[in-house]
Amino acid sequence: MPGTLIYAEVQKGEIKKGSLEITSKAKGFGGEVSVCIIGSGVEALAPELAKYGADKIYVVDAPDYENYVTEAYVQAFAQVAEQVKPSVVLASATAQGKDLTPAIAARLNTGAISDCVDLTKNGDKLVAKRPMYAGKAYAMVEAAADPQVISVRPNSFAAAETAGAGAVEKVAVSLDASKIKVVVKSLELAQSDEPDQTEAEIIVSGGRGMKGPENFKMLEDLAKLFGPTATTGASRAAVDAGWRGHAYQVGQTGKTVSPNLYIACGISGAIQHMAGMGTSKVIVAINKDAEAPIFTKADYGVVDDLFNVVPALINEIKKIKG
Amino acid sequence: MNTVVCMKQVPDTETLIKVAGAGIVTDGIKWVMSSFDEFAVEEALQQKEKMKAGAVTIVSLGPDRAIEAIRTGLAMGADNAVHINDAGYYEKADPYATAAVLAAAIKGLQYDCVFLGKQAIDDDSGQVPAMVAEQLGIPVVTQVLKLEVAADKSKATVTREVEGGQAVVEVALPAVFSAQKGLNEPRYASLPGIMKAKKKPVDVKTAADLGITAGPATVVKEMSLPPARQAGKIIAGDDAAAKAAALAKALHDEVKII
Repeated sequence: MPGTLIYAEVQKGEIKKGSLEITSKAKGFGGEVSVCIIGSGVEALAPELAKYGADKIYVVDAPDYENYVTEAYVQAFAQVAEQVKPSVVLASATAQGKDLTPAIAARLNTGAISDCVDLTKNGDKLVAKRPMYAGKAYAMVEAAADPQVISVRPNSFAAAETAGAGAVEKVAVSLDASKIKVVVKSLELAQSDEPDQTEAEIIVSGGRGMKGPENFKMLEDLAKLFGPTATTGASRAAVDAGWRGHAYQVGQTGKTVSPNLYIACGISGAIQHMAGMGTSKVIVAINKDAEAPIFTKADYGVVDDLFNVVPALINEIKKIKG
Repeated sequence: MNTVVCMKQVPDTETLIKVAGAGIVTDGIKWVMSSFDEFAVEEALQQKEKMKAGAVTIVSLGPDRAIEAIRTGLAMGADNAVHINDAGYYEKADPYATAAVLAAAIKGLQYDCVFLGKQAIDDDSGQVPAMVAEQLGIPVVTQVLKLEVAADKSKATVTREVEGGQAVVEVALPAVFSAQKGLNEPRYASLPGIMKAKKKPVDVKTAADLGITAGPATVVKEMSLPPARQAGKIIAGDDAAAKAAALAKALHDEVKII
């Protein structure tokens, strides 16, 4: 199988886990695994990519790339792709990956397959499995054009250490500045280190039963007990009530998530919500309404008042952890 | 200010999806405007109202039934529409083919801004905004939460959602914007609006009329449903504290997550 070119995303000086996941996955395709890393001061990250299977690492490292701007990154990636001539282009379907992937595909005059959860080889082609209707159905999709551009949902594959040749090549990209019409004026990032919902391994989520924004504090406290891979989420009802920002919304018209553990507090389990978290490995539901539809899908159900259960659960977990 | 809104008609979010071969069973589906496209229509209307000039044109690819969603947009206040009514093209269209035909229609229009939802809530691809922008040769800003257009329409200041926060960017117009929830509160169509919408002009075209013959770049081979989840166990206990203790024990012993 001809080669794969991967876009490796850098955040806060580290390569995102999703990028490592697809790098080690691509190693299994059999062809050469090339990785393109773009940013300012990112060259030092190349050895990390080699550990996860990168045979060749193309480094585009210049102050021009300090902030992510779609057009600048598309130009840089497209020039590397021109050199590598990959059969497959992979990126992690993070917020940035979702912005970049279709733009790269358009520049390479090909199509793209978004937010896939599995990839299987079919000769020289990949068959991509992707959720549609926020997870109510799955489609098996194949590219009909070349290269095959695919974004992969974080947590779909294990980031397995598998040594690649790791040859590093610095690429001097000639940017056409006249086409860069977007300028980043400011960036406002939350101070917390909690992961994005789509990448989190544990999500503690609250719905209408939370009764108000102030009560989400206890869900944050519970999430913190599970460590740095845990975060909080919210149902559409809680977001529409203005209790949580839209970035927290899980479900159709929000985020589709697939954590190892999803704890739904005061969430009834409307079809739109279940679509967005139905592939979670373990679902826990805490709701005082025994008839709530979420109990028909939950692995563990607690029928009781969440305002009594959650604080008690926090205490119990603290006890277990010693 | 002239704006174009690309809009898609999709199954209502309450729809229970059933699959058949490489598609879904469409019997009994209630079709509505994709929810992110409602934000796109609303933003176009608000920008026009602020500038007190210009027109809002809806462009939609879809079969006959798509006219209902187009009329909804017109009833909200859009001025006119292009309906690319081409069932054959639509059925096979992936984001690449959709963007090609939408861009071809937009090229014949006057515009300062093109708005789309950040993704259609049926295929959830989220590719069309960037692909339309590429075809039009103009910049794209995705996941828009706030938009201020300069009085001379030369540029816009945009707040967009990024991972873990927000970015403020400045973009030269014309440009493509994809709407994220939070951008605005979409209005409901008023009764007079619904009456007026019936008389607003809708230009009906096929892909061939627009000079597009290329096919899709990706093909759906098969659709399936996720494995059904079974109800698990209800944690027993005398009170909330006892149930919490039993749950914590299960998370530790069985799920092995603590």
